[in-house]
Amino acid sequence: MFDKILIANRGEIACRVIRTAKALGVRTVAVYSDADATAQHVLLADEAVHIGPPAARESYLVTDKILEACRRTGAQAVHPGYGFLSENADFARALEQAGIAFIGPPASAIDAMGSKSGAKTIMEKANVPLVPGYHGDEQDAEFLAKEADRIGYPVLIKASAGGGGKGMRLVEDPAAFADALASCRRESAASFGDDKVLVERFVTRPRHIEIQVFADSQGNAVHLFERDCSLQRRHQKVIEESPAPFMSEELRARMGAAATEAAKAIGYVGAGTVEFIVESREDGRPGEFFFMEMNTRLQVEHPVTEMVTGQDLVEWQLRVAAGAPLPLGQDDITLSGHAFEARLYAEDPANDFLPSTGKLARFRTPETGAHVRIDSGVMEGDTVSVHYDPMIAKVITWDRDRGAALQRLRRALEETELAGLTSNRDFLIALCRDEEFASGRVDTGLIGRNRDSLVPAEEGPDAKVIALAALNELKAREVETARQAASGSDPHSPWSVLHGWRLNDISHVDLVFKQGDRDYPTVCKYVIGGGYEISSPAGTVSADAELDGDGRLHAVIDGARLTATVAAVGQDRVVILPGRTHRILLHDPMAGAGDTDGGTGKLTAPMPGKVTAVFVKKGDKVEAGTALMILEAMKMEHTIAAPVDGVLAEVHFQEGEQVDEGVALVAFEE
Amino acid sequence: MAVLKTSVNLRGDEAKANAAAMTDLIGDLEDKVAKIKLGGGKRARERHVGRGKLLPRDRVRTLLDPGAPFLEFSQLAAHEVYDDDVPGGGVITGIGRVSGQECLIVVNDATVKGGTYYPITVKKHVRALEIAEQNHLPCIYLVDSGGANLPNQDEVFPDRDHFGRIFYSQANMSAKGIPQIAAVMGSCTAGGAYVPAMSDESIIVRNQGTIFLGGPPLVKAATGEVVSAEDLGGADTHSRISGVTDHYAENDHHALAIVRQIVGNLNRAKPAQVKVKAPVAPAYDPAEIYNVIPADARKPYDVREVIARIVDGSEFDEFKHLYGTTLVCGFAHIWGYPVGIVANNGILFSESSLKGAHFVELCSQRKIPLVFLQNITGFMVGRKYEAGGIAKDGAKLVTAVATTQVPKFTVIIGGSFGAGNYGMCGRAYSPRMLYMWPNARISVMGGEQAANVLATVREDGMARKDETWTAEEREAFMDPVRKQYEHQGHPYYASARVWDDGVIDPKETRNVLGLSLSAALNAPIPDPRFSVFRM
Repeated sequence: MFDKILIANRGEIACRVIRTAKALGVRTVAVYSDADATAQHVLLADEAVHIGPPAARESYLVTDKILEACRRTGAQAVHPGYGFLSENADFARALEQAGIAFIGPPASAIDAMGSKSGAKTIMEKANVPLVPGYHGDEQDAEFLAKEADRIGYPVLIKASAGGGGKGMRLVEDPAAFADALASCRRESAASFGDDKVLVERFVTRPRHIEIQVFADSQGNAVHLFERDCSLQRRHQKVIEESPAPFMSEELRARMGAAATEAAKAIGYVGAGTVEFIVESREDGRPGEFFFMEMNTRLQVEHPVTEMVTGQDLVEWQLRVAAGAPLPLGQDDITLSGHAFEARLYAEDPANDFLPSTGKLARFRTPETGAHVRIDSGVMEGDTVSVHYDPMIAKVITWDRDRGAALQRLRRALEETELAGLTSNRDFLIALCRDEEFASGRVDTGLIGRNRDSLVPAEEGPDAKVIALAALNELKAREVETARQAASGSDPHSPWSVLHGWRLNDISHVDLVFKQGDRDYPTVCKYVIGGGYEISSPAGTVSADAELDGDGRLHAVIDGARLTATVAAVGQDRVVILPGRTHRILLHDPMAGAGDTDGGTGKLTAPMPGKVTAVFVKKGDKVEAGTALMILEAMKMEHTIAAPVDGVLAEVHFQEGEQVDEGVALVAFEE
Repeated sequence: MAVLKTSVNLRGDEAKANAAAMTDLIGDLEDKVAKIKLGGGKRARERHVGRGKLLPRDRVRTLLDPGAPFLEFSQLAAHEVYDDDVPGGGVITGIGRVSGQECLIVVNDATVKGGTYYPITVKKHVRALEIAEQNHLPCIYLVDSGGANLPNQDEVFPDRDHFGRIFYSQANMSAKGIPQIAAVMGSCTAGGAYVPAMSDESIIVRNQGTIFLGGPPLVKAATGEVVSAEDLGGADTHSRISGVTDHYAENDHHALAIVRQIVGNLNRAKPAQVKVKAPVAPAYDPAEIYNVIPADARKPYDVREVIARIVDGSEFDEFKHLYGTTLVCGFAHIWGYPVGIVANNGILFSESSLKGAHFVELCSQRKIPLVFLQNITGFMVGRKYEAGGIAKDGAKLVTAVATTQVPKFTVIIGGSFGAGNYGMCGRAYSPRMLYMWPNARISVMGGEQAANVLATVREDGMARKDETWTAEEREAFMDPVRKQYEHQGHPYYASARVWDDGVIDPKETRNVLGLSLSAALNAPIPDPRFSVFRM
């Protein structure tokens, strides 16, 4: 085994690798860019080497910098994680030349699988099934129709030169083939100036099922069963599971054997994944499978395999890279229970899943154990930046059967609290509740089909959400008051305790929440004996709550108990309910009011002097602090800055003019 | 400590009848206060809000720390005093927490007669300043007033405790290091102009606050100069040119935010001078006081039943339990603060007076605040008692109460008649605060006694002229006297004239005293210094 390894990666996978390395007594070296100086992987590693600016192409993707880091720290091997340099054959070769072990396959295997068409040729030779099709030059219509019969319907006719689906025709009935071919050709010729076509089997309701394979340097290869990654959004995996729903032992054995053959065919060493496209049968069971590609690295979704096999794949990687044989033979590897992994991303489902960035003002994950595992590279207070993949965490659950594991996944996501950036948490929870997904009838089109229910339209806050936001405000202030009281000389003063107390009356607190353009003026009336009556345009409820030390509200709203978290991010209030996250704004008329000493209208010269520069003109919109002009007086240059935000109604002086004390220099619009 | 045990059957018919009677009184009080809190009526409020101004009570709430209590004084001031309705006397006063500091707050209510000062307004304002001065509370003035109410100028302007006293107090408080802060949120005319001018720091709201000794009409009359109110005394004039104000606010919220900022920068720390404990609620629900207090004021009851529903854990360590039993004295805690309680449990005799004087001395030596629960028809009369020197023994109690240096608080929970009022720290003895229960009565003697005394004097006169009257005639003579005493002895009548600091709900006595004690402890407790006790 190695004494010290370097992890040429960041985020959760770097943390993941460090965890196993530590368990094995292997020292770890992290590398980091400027953006990651205090990242979790840096803090967890025994050593860390700075490798450049935030942009990955100037840091994590620079082979020489990784090599230099190895030399400086004496790391004997490099774990590339996934992404970055993990499937870069040149990098693997460079390490080899430097005498440093690459914890991954030989460069030749990476090369072999690097080209999709090349890989398919190799697989065809190894008798791994490919999607049937005709890609040749013969373009005779009758010949193509015969090929279509051989391939089996339904088929797709595609423009060879094309892309983006232009000219593509789906043919389900042989009788329609000739017409479809003709129209595809016409469109291809018009679009690409070339009417050459290819014919391929159309896989209805395709599923994405992949086989985890492992090979050692002694020529042994095994598989660790399948993962179903059919839940995808534009080829991005969203939730993965193992085993695949409705998978038979027989099919598993055949797919496993095919994948193992594929690995052997290219002299593979280490962890790899063979991806197949699989037909869905009417009954939901997987049907025919075809090779798609092989990934020559550890996959993001490897934890589901670990959960159902009880193996540590990173440990396997380290052992195999150190030259040891595979820890287990094929017959010793067993599959137990069911596991899910959901990828928690900083992205906005409502805005076409656009990546979002920001500081994790709040990030809490459920308690981990035999049933729940969280792989994450960030903690509360960390920032998800624009520089890298916006993944926040992987939420992984296991239980004896699929239903129980899915329920745990939903629960774990509900217990995950996020504020400070937009995440796909609610979307993942909606997926867990999707009936089609729950039934196990998965395919790659599921998310697209059910998009409307998975990403519901934004609705205004209801009375409960407003009440929770208000309660959080009131309770947080009470906690703060108590904290201040405790540190003073009058720690038990009723002035700190009798909230809302009035003589012969009872008071209330006014709060104004906003969502979008809509105001929610909220009146929180204290109720004798405790609690509040909270009224807003969303409705009136009676409510009370305790705010615990961890920022969770244990509330009773109209008699119903619930626990929720309201995170304050600036003036934003993120109300995190088990199934839904709401973001509203708290408008504080006092906020910032004390900062400035106002004075709109006009701005006067503080002393007599000469205007030496004017930076603005009439009609300009300026912010408080913007330099407007420079006044030279008493041999000093005085910058005249805007005292407030506003629009300039008038600029009274030009450069070179003399001004007297107290004259208006500019006027603001009212 | 010893825990008081109740002997009242709360479910008995009498207790229920008591509670029903008190509930009626509280209902009436709350109705009156609710009406007073609306200020000068719907139209005046709408006009006020229409100008972009916050209503006075909204100003208070916005100024205070969010959700903080407000101990309001003299809510019933001017109630049925003038032909005009002047709710609250057109000014709101009270103690509230601002930036963690208890402050005395005076807020003009411009919806009531333009916030002008009636005689009672002046009295209420001056009384609030007295509270600030005695308890070392920073003062915040939210000014929005047309100044003195001119038709009532003779009762507003000339005397010692009239308008001028406000500025005298501001100057002298500032001299004692009690901060004076004014926010001009509306008119601030004539004498009123001195409120911000006499303050340590002042704020003015743009296009809203104006300060001038003479307004535009007066200027025009005096000199012929035509000038707008804003140019004469607006925010720009005073913040940029005259320097009368120190801070320029965009609006009410901004002004109040600046006040909070100023208070936050005062650098005041409350002296730690009493040994506080963690507060414990009374063992008996304070609301049970309703059941305890007899609906018939003449019916005696054990005042310990009241104490048990005010003090922490109902724990009360009595002093001289077996001596002078008509005055109950003992140590307890209210909201964690140590207090010495002096409570009437019958008429005052020599023994009870001596016991009271002794106990007040103990508290003074130990710097323990005093709470007087006043329910007293007077000192015992008669030849035996006069000969026994009740006058000098009563004087000892009055002397001790008058000269003790500890903070003292009085709650009139029943009758407050005659010299009993003095011995039990009535208004003239400068308790830090004095409150009344709605069932209480205050007069030089009871209505029945007064009617009897007057009837007897009249009879004596008639006897000299050999005249007599019938029982009916005697009754017809006595009835108006009784009615007059009942009317003038009523807590509303007293509170309307600012003879007290407010009529309070008995079940809130503990909270009111707790807030008052905490506020009072802002001032250091001086060493004891007593005068000559007549021996």
